[in-house]
Amino acid sequence: MALARRSSNLLKPLSTASSSSSSSFLHRRPFSTDDSTTITIETSVPFTGHNCEPPSRSIDTSPKELMTFFTDMALMRRMEIAADSLYKSKLIRGFCHLYDGQEAVNIGMEAAITKKDCIITAYRDHCIFLGRGGTLLESFSELMGRQAGCSRGKGGSMHFYKKDACFFGGHGIVGAQVPLGCGLAFAQKYRKEDHVTFTMYGDGAANQGQLFEALNMAALWDLPAILVCENNHYGMGTAEWRAAKSPSYYKRGDYVPGLKVDGMDAFAVKQACKFAKEHALKNGPIILEMDTYRYHGHSMSDPGSTYRTRDEISGVRQERDPLERIRKLIMAHDIATEKELKDIEKLARKEVDEAIAKAKESPMPEESELFTNVYRKGYGVESFGADRKELRATLP
Amino acid sequence: MASIFQRVGAVASLSSNASFDTKKLHLSSRRSLSERKASFVVIRSDAAKMNTGLKKIGGRADQLVTNAVATKPDTSAASTASKPGHELLLFEALREGLEEEMERDQNVCIMGEDVGHYGGSYKVSKGLAPKYGDLRVLDTPIAENAFTGMGIGAAMTGLRPVIEGMNMGFLLLAFNQISNNCGMLHYTSGGQFKIPVVIRGPGGVGRQLGAEHSQRLESYFQSIPGIQMVACSTPYNAKGLMKAAIRSDNPVILFEHVLLYNLKETIPDEEYVLNLEEAEMVRPGEHVTILTYSRMRYHVMQAAKTLVNKGFDPEVIDIRSLKPFDLHTIGNSIKKTHRVIIVEECMRTGGIGASLTAAINENFQDYLDAPIVCLSSQDVPTPYAGTLEEWTVVQPPQIVAAVEQLCR
Repeated sequence: MALARRSSNLLKPLSTASSSSSSSFLHRRPFSTDDSTTITIETSVPFTGHNCEPPSRSIDTSPKELMTFFTDMALMRRMEIAADSLYKSKLIRGFCHLYDGQEAVNIGMEAAITKKDCIITAYRDHCIFLGRGGTLLESFSELMGRQAGCSRGKGGSMHFYKKDACFFGGHGIVGAQVPLGCGLAFAQKYRKEDHVTFTMYGDGAANQGQLFEALNMAALWDLPAILVCENNHYGMGTAEWRAAKSPSYYKRGDYVPGLKVDGMDAFAVKQACKFAKEHALKNGPIILEMDTYRYHGHSMSDPGSTYRTRDEISGVRQERDPLERIRKLIMAHDIATEKELKDIEKLARKEVDEAIAKAKESPMPEESELFTNVYRKGYGVESFGADRKELRATLP
Repeated sequence: MASIFQRVGAVASLSSNASFDTKKLHLSSRRSLSERKASFVVIRSDAAKMNTGLKKIGGRADQLVTNAVATKPDTSAASTASKPGHELLLFEALREGLEEEMERDQNVCIMGEDVGHYGGSYKVSKGLAPKYGDLRVLDTPIAENAFTGMGIGAAMTGLRPVIEGMNMGFLLLAFNQISNNCGMLHYTSGGQFKIPVVIRGPGGVGRQLGAEHSQRLESYFQSIPGIQMVACSTPYNAKGLMKAAIRSDNPVILFEHVLLYNLKETIPDEEYVLNLEEAEMVRPGEHVTILTYSRMRYHVMQAAKTLVNKGFDPEVIDIRSLKPFDLHTIGNSIKKTHRVIIVEECMRTGGIGASLTAAINENFQDYLDAPIVCLSSQDVPTPYAGTLEEWTVVQPPQIVAAVEQLCR
């Protein structure tokens, strides 16, 4: 394992960074990062393959990528924790499923793919939305049901979508997004595009029949579908060994190849997704099982400690936390100091607080919005009601 | 085009004497509420905007027939006197519609069980797979939930799949996909995604097919917001509605009937597209309005023959659009006859007839001289025995008796 060391320039905090090539969410960076240095990293554990040759454990990265990973993950972590306190102060209602602990899955995936590859997931979608290019303002506004939300306040926590970045949501019913994802892959094959679809689901959804139906079809027609099982080991309140006869989700595709990945290691995820994309474009579907963990309960109404011990949660936080792993890598390679990383986290917190304040200012949707977007206009949908022009409704 | 503007003018005059609550407000659907009184909110689509919308539609297909009156040969484009047209069966008409749309738009594709190599279990897609290839006419495994979801996912990216359920009853397995993802995605995404799918298949009570293969899914699907439902009954409206459904940007469920596939009719050679929300005037009359759809239309027409001999003059309307109801045509008829009979194949509880009764009572209460009579199938699973099956659905003598009693 060769480490190419080179001390990167650490600018003083007051200077503005040349961040034209920066791809992170935060706007000001008090240090410059290097894109040309290559750092080779080994993943924490080797990959396990099923019906396929697993990729190599060594991954090349750069200081810039490391810093981007850290910054983005810090922002996602901050957003989810802020959502927690917003929920407790009853600004977010209904269901709120938080992603903290699992950030590496999204960060690694985004690093391996383009915005033309499709992603579809279930209801733990806030960070996926952010990873696809959504803004904090759209996120918090949607969570609070305001007009500035990505779905105009009409979707809520479980219905985040971003069409221009090929993010297809955002679905409330467990497992229903998997056939949709195969449909996305079908359309990509139909149009002979060079892109793939990442269909994400959890270990709970892995026992759904429609998943195997969709997998069968995807394999039958060689659709470029990559099924990503985010295995956080608990389906709502039920541990995986109590719900699945075979918790090796990457093997359950039988004839479909699978790969087991350490989902807390962003670089392992990146390598696996790159490998999967190449595979899917040539050979059809592949299953990726991301071994990950969520710190919060299933949703905000679940404390998360009735079916698992606090020791387990804090143990994972200490040993496998994705953010800490990147922090240690950055410090080990002298890319930034501890203080600078803390500053990044502070900046993330500030950005999140500003976004929340702005989101709170956004108004609730107008009453007429109740009736918009039920249908699309065109081919006669104008004619409604008793005289074809009026729709009468009673609001409470 | 003239017929469209004529209709708009007629509608405008109607609204002035319509019996709505005086407290209601008028506002354009695109502008926000300026003031609110009491509890009524009315959203009116701006007439000018409606015209431009229709003009755009007309520009694309000048043959959009908005005045589908089957019995008036001089006004509708249905039977242009110059050309005789060609004769075909209903399933061939559906196929013609499908083929024309697939030819016209590369994004239209078919998926379902046995639609490809087998040609469709009712021959609706016969010959299309050799012509368009296996990807455009896709033979799916028997997995309704998954392939319906797949079609909806493909529609999210812009394809226009026509999803066939071999029997409508099988689509119960795909109810989650149809309700949540098909109907609601446009709304929950704030308008980002449109789902231009057509879900079609034969349903209804056949010839001793048994309980599970004789279901009427229109009653289960009718509450799903965001979808449209139409039922075809003749080769002419089958082709027109198929084409309109494919061109519509909304999810449309097209209900066909197992027993109507071999109906023969002469349809025009020219291209035509029907209006999805419009009802069809089958037989104008004066004494009573009979509302029906799909196979019951033929039972009603059979009863109408008997009724005419007995001196009655029923007005028969094939409502065609099950969601939303064409309350305009229905309302005009009720204002003329003041008596309504609904003849449907759905069950008494929670069927299309039940909703239509409620809608008519709500909107046209003042015009009714008698309570609405709704003749529906019995609330039982459809039995296998032929005689029992006959008694489950509404038969012409019952319709005759109901009219006689209503028009005493």
